Parts: sequence; C-alpha cells; structure tokens
Amino acid sequence: MRTSKPARAGQYLALLAYLVFLAFPFLWLVSTAFKPPRELASLHPTWIPKDPTLDNFRQAFDEQPLLRAAGNSLLVAVSAAVIAVVIATPMAYVMARHRSFLSRAATGWVVVSQAFPFVLVIIPLFLILKNLHLINALPGLIMVYVVWALPFALWMLVGYVRAVPREMEEAAAVDGAGRLRILVSVTAPLLTPGIVATGLFAFVTAWNEFFFALVLMKSPERQTLPVILTHFLGAEGVADLGPLAAAAFLATLPSLLIFSVIQRRITGGLLAGAVK
Amino acid sequence: MTTATTVKRPATDRPARAPRGAGPPGDRGAWFLVLPALLPILVLSVGPLLYGIGLSLTDAQSGRTEPTRWVGALNFSDLLHDTLFWDSFRIGLLWAVGVTVPQFLLALGLALLLNQNLRFRWLARALAIVPWAMPEVVVGIMWRLVYHPDAGVLNQTLADLGLGDGRDWLTGLATALPAVIVVGVWAGMPQTTVALLAGLQNTPRELHEAAAMDGAGAWRRFRTVTWPAIRPVALAVTALNFIWNFNSFALVYVLTNGGPGGRTRLPMLFAYEEAFRYGQFGYAAAMGCVMVAVISVLLALYLVGRLKGADEQ
Repeated sequence: MRTSKPARAGQYLALLAYLVFLAFPFLWLVSTAFKPPRELASLHPTWIPKDPTLDNFRQAFDEQPLLRAAGNSLLVAVSAAVIAVVIATPMAYVMARHRSFLSRAATGWVVVSQAFPFVLVIIPLFLILKNLHLINALPGLIMVYVVWALPFALWMLVGYVRAVPREMEEAAAVDGAGRLRILVSVTAPLLTPGIVATGLFAFVTAWNEFFFALVLMKSPERQTLPVILTHFLGAEGVADLGPLAAAAFLATLPSLLIFSVIQRRITGGLLAGAVK
Repeated sequence: MTTATTVKRPATDRPARAPRGAGPPGDRGAWFLVLPALLPILVLSVGPLLYGIGLSLTDAQSGRTEPTRWVGALNFSDLLHDTLFWDSFRIGLLWAVGVTVPQFLLALGLALLLNQNLRFRWLARALAIVPWAMPEVVVGIMWRLVYHPDAGVLNQTLADLGLGDGRDWLTGLATALPAVIVVGVWAGMPQTTVALLAGLQNTPRELHEAAAMDGAGAWRRFRTVTWPAIRPVALAVTALNFIWNFNSFALVYVLTNGGPGGRTRLPMLFAYEEAFRYGQFGYAAAMGCVMVAVISVLLALYLVGRLKGADEQ
C-alpha cells in the first residue's frame, strides 16, 4: 500500500515524539550522574555535562553500602531464578502435556496470581517468616521471590514445552526409552534456550523487586539494592542528586543488559499467556 | 492435601497409550514433577492468601501482648466509615484509569506506527527496553530528577520555551497526581506496545490489501480488519494493566510517598502504612480483601475475554 508524502511525514513526526518521550528521562538520569555539584546547582542545567566527573559514583559508594546491597541482590536474584526454573520446568511440562484437573487448576492459579494485591499476602507472609525466624534473612526473601516468579516462569515454560513436537517424545518411547530418559535426553535439550530465557527473566524480576524486600528486610546489612537506593532520597526527600543518579544508573545496568538479550522471548511468552 | 486424589490420567483425547512408561508421565510420575513447585505455591502463596482473609476478621496487631481476637466483620464496617480509605480507593481508581487508558491509546498508536515500514523503528524497539527493564524504584528516582524544581529538565525546558516560571510538580496539590500518572504511562507503555505489535503482526496482510482494493479508507480498514484481529490481545493487556496499576506501589512510594496531603496515596500505600507503620494487621488485611474483591470482578471480565478470544482462534 502506498502512503502519501504528508502522511509519511506525520508518521515520522509521531515516531520522533515517541522516541523523545521514551529517551529523555533516561538521558537526564545519565547526564545527572556525571555532573559535578557546581553544574547540578546551576540555574541553567545543561544536557551534556561541561565538566563530566566520576565523583558521584565514588560518593555514592561512600554514602551507602552499595556493594553489599548489590551482593545481596545478586545472591537473592540468582538463587531465586535457579530454584524457580528448576521447580517450574517439570510442572510446566505436566501442564503443557496433560489436561488433568491439576494442570487446569495450576493454569487458573497462574492467571489469578497475576492479580494478587500483595498487601493481602505480605502480612501473612511477614507473620509466617517471623515465626520461622526468616525475617531479615536472605533465605526468606529468596523463598518469597521463587513463588513470586513462578507464575510467569510457568507461563513462559508451558509455551516452550508446547513448541517441542510430541512426535519426538513418542518416537523415543517407541525406541524403548523410559519416561525419565525421554525427559532428560530428548525434551530438556530442546527446552534449554527457553529455560535460560525464563531464568534470566526471573533474575531481573527479583533484582528489580522492591515491596517484599522493603517489608521483609529491616536491617541495612540485609537490604537489597532497590531498598538501599531509597535511602539516598533522605528523610525529607532532600536528595544529593549526583550520587543518587549515579547509584540508580548502576543498579539498572544488569537488568538492561539481560533484558536486551531476552526481550523478544518474553514478548512471545507474555502474548502466548495472555491470549491462549 | 485432598487434591492428591484428584490427579487424573491425561484426558481422553489421546486414548490407548503406547508401551508402559512411555510418553508423558501418567498420574504417579506427574506427582513427582509437580510437587516441587506445588508445595511452595501452596505454602507461600495460596496459604498466605487464605490466612490473610482469616486475619481480616480479627483484630491482629503487631507487637501486642494480649491474644488476637475474632472480630467478625468489624474491620470491614470500620473501612466503610474510613474517609481516608475511600480517598485512597478513589485515587487508586483514578490512577488506574488515568494510566491504563492513555497507555493503551498511545501504545496502540505506536504499535500501528511501528507496523509500518519506517526507518528508525529499530531505535524505538531498542529504547522500549529501557522503561520495561528498569527497577520501578529507579524509574521513580529518574522522574524525580526530571521533575526536580530547580535542577530538573522539565522546568528548565518550560522556562526555555517561555512557559511559566517552574513548579514543584510532585509536591503541588493539583499537579502531583497528574505528574505521577505521566510516569505510570511512561513505565508501562513499551510492554503494551510490544504486545499489541505482536498481535498486529499476526494480522493477515492480504486482508488489508483486499480491503484497500475495495476502497476502504484507513479508519474502515482499522475497524473491520485490524481491530478484530488484535481485540483479544488488546482486551487481555488492558485488563492486566488495569489490575497491575491498581496494585502498584513502588513507583508512587518513591515519587511522592503518597503526598502531598494524601493526594497520591494509592490503596497499596494506604494498606502498607496501616500494616507496617501503625501495625494494624487485621485492618490492612481487610483492606486487601476489598481490593481482591474489586480485582476479582475485573479478572472475571478478563477471563471472559480470554475465553472469547480462544473461541475465535
């Protein structure tokens, strides 16, 4: 179909407006992170720092225990991602291949859990973990993140399992392979890319999570990166802008990197889950 | 639990299974595969949900020595008379509609745009990752920098354009809610766009061309060809977005912490304060129940939409 010239121009204009809307807050964050205090206090803030500096980054590490927080986040997110994938994959397999009551109930739960208001779950979780002495303990947070990552992990994985042709499994069965053998040596290898993508997504989810960490991790030594970031805002919201921007920028990098790799796969998973 | 007995053989669409132990595992095998995920789900998700509903009927408080008592529907009748709750509920709906509708319209426009053969659309795709992947806390911090009254780019740009002398957007009574809504739209738009775009790309091109040959204008083509094709996706995405927005917490917590004067105190922020600042566990749980009830209605609509979508496929 042909599009007239003015229409084309309009389309490019709209695209430009969108790109600007999408990019400018992030560019401003980056710009702020590299500005010396003098330029931050200037009455005429500029887009590109005239005198770029890394001082904000150094200061950010001095002001708050960023490294320890990043370590906590890393430990929690990696553990949660690995555990979630390990336990979700077999369940997703059953959900994809069987039409039993259980798999239907699980599918229903996956949909419903997308809509949980966390406040109704967090108070009991807080009480349960308190009784188990797991408040302020990373294992408690890991457990919560595993369950929290499960619905979407199941959703993605069910899609991947469905993409593996049944015939391959049946052929192996005819050759006399047992059920476990088939799972391990036929299905699992074909699922590997999907499992990796799901794990990475679970990692990002846990790395970014704030609400549970805020409620469950009270002592600063145990807090994760997003919670520590809010400390930069100060009590009255009077923030030291440079270090704040620097720390926020650093905290985003891992998610951005991972997401740029798996973005396409997630879209597929999201859509498959949303309409099928 | 009792569900143990309800695991059935695979449905009858594939009778006569081949050799013993072949193919997808049957009932007993299925249990071993499902249990590792099912147990945590029951213990840390379904359990707490039921526990939470139970708590809403008690006067549970944190750090109190006397035992918790059953109070029936008292928390709920208190909620009914709590103007702060109704304020936050109203703000929550306003926020959820205010974010979801523009989010959808902008995302739809953009998805249609990106479905065209335009240069630089890869750039839009690449940039779309940024809001999507960012921790919500960072999104909040980032926009606080944008909205900053002195050092922010927004006031600076407005001043350069000769528009006004700068405002304190996030602390102004009238501007706070619109300001956080803009952030909400920004944060959720890419995800919506990408979902709609994927829906668009499943639309058969020939239908479009046939309609164009028949002389159908752009609007007619959209209404008769494009929209029916993406409707299931659009419905699902909108319903989920609404629910997620209604439940959101981190973004507004970082941007305004509910201020000024409660103008942006979303239901989740209200419930969080009740539970973890004032220790009113039972009351906050009751509030959670009300939110579940509201969301259930929406979820039912969404599920009906999904079923319809599945029928059409």
